[in-house]
Amino acid sequence: MTRSYAAHQHPLWRRALVTREVAVIGLLVVVLVWASSAVPNFSGPLTLPFLLLDVAPILLIALPMTLVIITGEIDLSVASVVGLSSVLLGSLHQHGMSIPLAALVALFVGLLCGLFNGFLVAYVGLPSLAVTIGTLALYRGLAVGILGTTAVTDFPTRWTDLAQQWTTVGRIPYIVFPILVLAVVFGLLLHFTSFGRGIFDIGLNAEAAHFSGVDVARAKLVTFVLTGLVSALAGIDYTLRYGSARGDNATGLELQVIAAVLLGGVSIFGGRGALHGVLGGVLLIGVISSALRLENVTVNVINIIIGLLLVLSVMSTSLLAWVSALRRGIATRRGHSGSEMRRAAA
Amino acid sequence: MKLSKRRLGTLGALVVSLSLVTSACGGSSDSGSGGGSGSGGSSGKISVTFLPKNLGNPYFDTSDKGGATAVKEFGGTYKQVGPAEATPDGQVPFINTAAQQGTKALVVSANDPKAIGSALTQAKSAGTKVVTFDSDTEPQYRDLFVNQASADGIAKVQVDMVTKQIGDSGEIAILSAAANATNQNAWIKLMKADLAKNHPHVKLDAVVYGNDDDQTSFDKTAALLQSYPNLKGIVSPTTVGIAAAARYISTSNYKGKVAVTGLGTPNQMRKYVKDGTVQQFALWNPEDLGYLAAYAAKALVDGKITGKQGDTFTAGKLGKYTVGADGTVLLGDPFVFDKGNIDKFNF
Repeated sequence: MTRSYAAHQHPLWRRALVTREVAVIGLLVVVLVWASSAVPNFSGPLTLPFLLLDVAPILLIALPMTLVIITGEIDLSVASVVGLSSVLLGSLHQHGMSIPLAALVALFVGLLCGLFNGFLVAYVGLPSLAVTIGTLALYRGLAVGILGTTAVTDFPTRWTDLAQQWTTVGRIPYIVFPILVLAVVFGLLLHFTSFGRGIFDIGLNAEAAHFSGVDVARAKLVTFVLTGLVSALAGIDYTLRYGSARGDNATGLELQVIAAVLLGGVSIFGGRGALHGVLGGVLLIGVISSALRLENVTVNVINIIIGLLLVLSVMSTSLLAWVSALRRGIATRRGHSGSEMRRAAA
Repeated sequence: MKLSKRRLGTLGALVVSLSLVTSACGGSSDSGSGGGSGSGGSSGKISVTFLPKNLGNPYFDTSDKGGATAVKEFGGTYKQVGPAEATPDGQVPFINTAAQQGTKALVVSANDPKAIGSALTQAKSAGTKVVTFDSDTEPQYRDLFVNQASADGIAKVQVDMVTKQIGDSGEIAILSAAANATNQNAWIKLMKADLAKNHPHVKLDAVVYGNDDDQTSFDKTAALLQSYPNLKGIVSPTTVGIAAAARYISTSNYKGKVAVTGLGTPNQMRKYVKDGTVQQFALWNPEDLGYLAAYAAKALVDGKITGKQGDTFTAGKLGKYTVGADGTVLLGDPFVFDKGNIDKFNF
C-alpha cells in the first residue's frame, strides 16, 4: 500500500527529542540544576514565587506573540499597550471606578489597539515592523499623556494581593493558574486546530496559504487583536503586582518578550515554532535573571548575557540549517538517491 | 482531528518539562537553604543593603558613601543597589532580591510612600530590618525612618531663601523631583502653606517635575522660563533639579535676574555660587545621613532598639540619638550654604 505522504527520514524518538524546543527545555533544566547548587539562596523559599511573579507579564504576552511571529509578522507595540492599560486602570480607579470595571475598560482599549495594528497590517498591507514601531510610540504617548509623570498607587489590597501573593503549598503565585489556563488554550489553538495550522501555513508561504483557502488577512488580524488584548491583561497584572500605575510602566518589555519567544525555538522568519518551547524560553530567561541577580550581577550585565544568548540561539538555527543543507548536498552528490528519487517519482 | 504521533510527542514533552521544572523548584526549596547560603547571617556579619531612589545620583552617592563608612566601622558587609530611573516599580526587584538573600538590613529611600509597601512587608517577614532614609514610606512598612531634618524646617528654609532673594514679592516656581516622591511632596505642601500664610505678595506659578533626571530637569527649567516671563525665582527641593536649573540659567540671559535656590550639594553648586547664579542654598550633610541610617539599622538588627518612641542608640562618631514619634530619627537642622562658607565643604 503506497503511503500518501513522504516517509520521514528519522525515527519518532529522534524527531520528538532532537528539536529546538527540547533543547531549550533541556538548557532550562541544566541552568536550574546549576543554580540550585551553585547560586546562594537560589534554593530559598522566595525564589520560585518571585521568579514566577516576574515572568508572569512576559509569559502572558509571549503567548499571542508566538502566533504573530509564526505568521512572519512582529508586534513591537505590546509594551506600550501594557503601559496604556496600566494607566487606564489607575486613572479610572482614581476617579472612583471599581477595579473590575476599570479592568474591563482597559481590556477593551487593548483590543482596540490590537485591532488598529491588525487592520493596518492585514488589510492595508503595511509591514508590521513599521506599523508597530509607530503604534509603540503612539500608545506610549497616550499612556504618558493620560497620567503625566504621576503614578497612581493606592489600589485596594484585595486586588493587589491577588497579583502578589502565592499559595502556601507549592509557593505558586495565584496569578500563575489563570496564565497556565491561557497557555493551554493558546497551545491548543496553535497546535490542534485548523486555525493554528493556517498560522503555520501563512508563515511558510502566505500566497500558497491564501490559495489553499486560508483567510490570511483575517488570521493576521486575529493574531494582532490577541496581542492587544493579552497585553492589556498583562498591564493589569503588572499594575496590581507593583501597586503602581504609571505611563512609562513596562518600557522595553517587548524586547524581553520577543527574546523569550525566539529563544523558545520560534523562527523569526515565520512558519516554525511550538508553544512549549516558548514556555521554556520564558522560564529560561526568568531563571537566568533570577540566578544572576542573586549573584549580585548588575542589570546591565544580565541584559548583555541574555542578548548574547538570543543572538546565539538565532544564529544556531541558521547554522543548523546550513549544516543540514550541506549534508543533503553531499548525500545527493554521492548518488544516495534512495527515498529522494522515490519521492520525486511519486 | 486525529492525535498524530507528533502531537502526542508535543504534549508529552510539555507535560514532562513542566513537571520537571516545578519539581526542581519545589523540591530543592523544600530541602531548606541547603545550597550555600553564605550571605545571610550564618557568619554573624550584619549585611546592609542601601537602596537609593536611583543610581547615578550624586546626592545618594554621597549618602551611601556615609553608609559604607559606618558599615565598615561596625564590621558589617555593605552593598548598594538601585534602579536606573527613580520609579517605585524599579525598586521592587531589589527589595525582593534582598529578601531572598536574607539581608539583615535594608536602608531605602522610597520613590513612593505606598507602592513598595508590600515588597517591604515581605522582606520584613523574611527577617530583614527596614530603615527608610531621606524619603519615607507609610509607617507600617518600615521599622525606622531617618529624617535629615524636620519637614517644617526644610520647607521653611527654602521659602525664606527664595522670598528674601526676590524681595518678598513676585512670581516663583518649584522644580521638584519625581511626582510621587514622599519627601519632596511633604516639603512642597508645607512650602505652599508657609507662602500662603507669611508671604502674601509672592505667587507660586507652578510645580514641575524633573524626575531627578538631569536632562528632564534642564528642559523643565527652560519650559518654566518660557511659560512664565515674569518669573523671579526657581526653588528646587532636589539636588539634581537645582544643579540642572543653575546650569541652564548660568548660560542664559536670566542669570542674575531669576534667583535659583533650594537644596543642593556644595560640590555641584560651587561653580554657580562663585559666578553669581546662585546666592544661597541649603542642605544637610547627606554623608552623615547615610552614616546615621546605617547605625540605626545596626541597632535594630542587634535588637538594641525596636523603633518605638524613646529608644536610644549610638551612631558612631555622631553620638547618641533618640527615636521620636512615628519611629522617626532626626539628623539635625538644615544648613545654609553661600559664597562665604562653601569652600569649607567637600561633598
